[in-house]
Amino acid sequence: MTFPALTALTLLPVAAAAVLLLLPRSSATLPRITSATLSLLILAFTLLLWVRFDHTSGALQFQERHAWIPALHVEYRLAIDGLGLIMLLLTAIVVPIGIAASWRTEKRSSLYFALVFLLQACMFGTFTALNFFHWFIFWELSLIPAFFLIRVWGGKLAGRAATQFLVYTMVGSVTMLLSFLAIYLATGTFDFIELAGRGDSFLPGVAANLGWQHVNPQHLALVLFAGVFLGFAVKVPLIPFHTWLPAAYSEAPSGVTAILTGAMSKMGVYGFLRILLPIFAPQIHRLQTSLLWITMATIVLSAFAALAQHDLKRIFAYSSINHLGYCMLAAFALVRTSDAGLLPEQYAAFSGILLQVLSHAITAATIFWFISLLERRSGGTRLLSDFGGLRRIAPVFAGLMGIALFSSLGLPGLNGFPGEFLIFKGTFPLVPWAASISVLGLLITAVFILGVIQRVFTGPLQPGRAVVPDLTSGERISFAPVVALMFVLGLYPQLVLGTLNSTVISYVHQLRF
Amino acid sequence: MLAWTIYISFFGAAILLLLPKRAASFARCLALFAATSSCGIALAAFLRHRTGEFFTIVDKPWIPSLGIQYHLAADGISLSLVLLTGIVAIAGVLFSWNIEDRTNQFFAFYLLLIGAVYGVFLSYDLFLLFVFYELVIIPKYFLIANWGSTRREYGAMKLAIYSFVGSAMVLVGLIAAYVGAGSSSMSLDKLAGFPFSAHFQMVAFPVVFVGFGILAGLWPFHTWAPTGHVAAPTAASMLLAGVVMKLGAYCCLRVAMTLFPLGLGTWSHPVLGITSWRETFAILAVIGILYGALVALVQRDFKFVIGYSSVSHMGFILLGLMTLNLMGLSGAIIQMISHGLLAGLLFAVVGRMVYARTHTRELAALGPMNLSSALPFAAVTFVIAGMAGMGLPGFSGFVAELMIVIGAWRAFPVLAVGVGFGILIGVVYVWRAMQKAFFAERRHELPPPHPLQPITVPEKIAAALLIASSVAIGLYPQMVLNIIQPALHSPLFAGLRQGGW
Repeated sequence: MTFPALTALTLLPVAAAAVLLLLPRSSATLPRITSATLSLLILAFTLLLWVRFDHTSGALQFQERHAWIPALHVEYRLAIDGLGLIMLLLTAIVVPIGIAASWRTEKRSSLYFALVFLLQACMFGTFTALNFFHWFIFWELSLIPAFFLIRVWGGKLAGRAATQFLVYTMVGSVTMLLSFLAIYLATGTFDFIELAGRGDSFLPGVAANLGWQHVNPQHLALVLFAGVFLGFAVKVPLIPFHTWLPAAYSEAPSGVTAILTGAMSKMGVYGFLRILLPIFAPQIHRLQTSLLWITMATIVLSAFAALAQHDLKRIFAYSSINHLGYCMLAAFALVRTSDAGLLPEQYAAFSGILLQVLSHAITAATIFWFISLLERRSGGTRLLSDFGGLRRIAPVFAGLMGIALFSSLGLPGLNGFPGEFLIFKGTFPLVPWAASISVLGLLITAVFILGVIQRVFTGPLQPGRAVVPDLTSGERISFAPVVALMFVLGLYPQLVLGTLNSTVISYVHQLRF
Repeated sequence: MLAWTIYISFFGAAILLLLPKRAASFARCLALFAATSSCGIALAAFLRHRTGEFFTIVDKPWIPSLGIQYHLAADGISLSLVLLTGIVAIAGVLFSWNIEDRTNQFFAFYLLLIGAVYGVFLSYDLFLLFVFYELVIIPKYFLIANWGSTRREYGAMKLAIYSFVGSAMVLVGLIAAYVGAGSSSMSLDKLAGFPFSAHFQMVAFPVVFVGFGILAGLWPFHTWAPTGHVAAPTAASMLLAGVVMKLGAYCCLRVAMTLFPLGLGTWSHPVLGITSWRETFAILAVIGILYGALVALVQRDFKFVIGYSSVSHMGFILLGLMTLNLMGLSGAIIQMISHGLLAGLLFAVVGRMVYARTHTRELAALGPMNLSSALPFAAVTFVIAGMAGMGLPGFSGFVAELMIVIGAWRAFPVLAVGVGFGILIGVVYVWRAMQKAFFAERRHELPPPHPLQPITVPEKIAAALLIASSVAIGLYPQMVLNIIQPALHSPLFAGLRQGGW
């Protein structure tokens, strides 16, 4: 029996949360130092998995498989391929950033950090479980720590925002649950991999089992697809299912927003890639035009929305919708054609998604980290009009934050570029019209990010505006590795792509529609 | 050995009544001892009979001339419910640790109630079962009328009247079956094996099912439940919602459905588009789910929220029973266990942890007290219990709802969608109550009228016990399924199985 690495990885944050709750309450610094150390240990463990991962194989690795509930044909089955691996890695990277961005949390800080770790455990669980029953436990459970982190530590309107977040996600979860139970009735399995292997051969079975022989199985399949789709579309989110997001991201404390946008939104992307695309490829193929329009609307409208905002957190909330929209664009483009001549484009698109989720995680989390520092220094305000001339009074701050902003903009040489480049390189030959319209999103993103840079960094220093002291040396040191990572990924994306290549190939080949 | 669960409880009750009045702490310990030892016996039996096979405990002639036996027996279903009763009973004693008013009597009635509940679950002779079933009503009435709160006489009387009407219906049906089968035996398997005519079954089934269903909170006969729960003292509402309502559901399955399986069949003429009693009750169950949830959504009294949530959760059980497939029936039984644990816990939080300290249950009045920091343990417990009840994965409620919905998809696809709405509304009402009671914004810095006592150790132990049981079932439902499913395959349910599961 091999070492159950993935179970251990999921349990590590739980143990970390337990440690935090057992700490003496008197000390103010102990919880944050402990949690920073523990989160880095977890990162180290994840990197160890990365190293041990066999990059020549696109098969599932570190597999653990045991009987669990035979009466329901539910197995305890954990495994990752490159897709799972990249998700684990980004989660492990984002959580320390989120903890750093919450450094000055005063109110019940042990509990705060414990909830962060529980959230991390739920995400690890979601990214490794391969059985709907098991996976759904973590998917739903992750809402609870997230809800309380927003509710208790958030801003003035946090109660409403947190409730809205919860209810929206729950609606999606329930429709997804109903769809999966109907599928289970026909197939007798909850296993994602098995379901993906069946293609849509299970559909007539569903109709028969529901006693709905008169319903066209194709239509029924679309209904089931819609149920699952809603669950993930709310999470990513796609317009028009996004309305919970700006409120939740702006009311949550910045450290939590870093984790929400950096890692938790990836749960939706992961769901699309691991569950929806392999199992419902024929349905996506059928609905492709509509889905692509939704995605384009998401990309373009969210960029415009970001342009119209004044609050820094809301700007980057919309920007996050925009960036994940590119992933969805590539995902839907993947099932465009089964023409073997276009395989390289599909590889490029899928590699682009994987790079984009990683780079968005790092960049977005870092930007919210900077915003948390700005907020603290300015006494809580974060409107664009509150700042100005940062470049002169806090040059290092402006410089490092500028790097993160340019990375978000997709400047070549920084981590944002390779992912978006590959996505467009792959998507364009597959669906030229959708790719062309989506480029508009890139353009507007450039405009609003340059707008932020201009309003915050340059301009006159007026009295009454927030005085922002520069980064302390401790902060500089802690930003150094993240900024370095942005450059490394931007200049040498092969570091990641090399490990994921086999996964990309086998993933694209398993899509059948 | 399992019969001792009944005897220990009754002996305990008798001793408590004989105790001098001032021996309150001794009375508590004695009640705890009786509850724990019966639970221990139940646990031992649960572990010994891993396969869920049917076994007889005692079988002695009682009234030979009428063919009535003193027949106690158990299978996987009754074993798991007996164990549930044991766990809830321990928790109930621990949550009643603060009762000062006539402590001896309180615990005597309490143990009497527990003993009678064990009796119902273990009886295999219908006469015996009916005796225990009636015996449950009496201590229930006195517990509410003497130790209750808000309109307790009204609540107690309403509950007693509804229960008696239900019992009368059951009695009519059972006697008809007894006479129809030749007046020779009241044994469950003999009557279940007797080929009653389809016409008779069509008539008898709804009478007996509704009779038991009243106690299970079947809509529209549920109205005793919220008022009764609210009026009852904490331990009594825990038992009432946790165990007594399960008696109704258990007897629906064990008696009504096994005796008259043909009563579930299709009518010769559809009425209003409904073609069988099975559909009728399934629709009533879903109405109960939605109605209970919607009403819970607008309550101002914290305890009424939980009271109506019980109606909603019991609807899941009844729907599961009506699916008539292995998945739905197993789900219904797991939901009985799950709701038993969680309703008990929710009533304990509201009645004992909050109401006993704040002396108000108005959600609007609780909000300004900032209970999440004054009573963090209560807040955390409520969050866990509420989420577990609304079907959060990882807890027992999820497994139950999952299996019931799978069963419902197969039997009544349209109703399954209704259940989906019920689950959603469930999330919202739990969340609303939680926010209002524990996490409301404090507008003014009002100091609480009097400092709230911290949560005591017995309360913490009891809450931990209930939560741990729920998580255990949630993460490893196979533990219970292992003994339930063989029981559902036993000859007793042969008539139902022909319905095509």
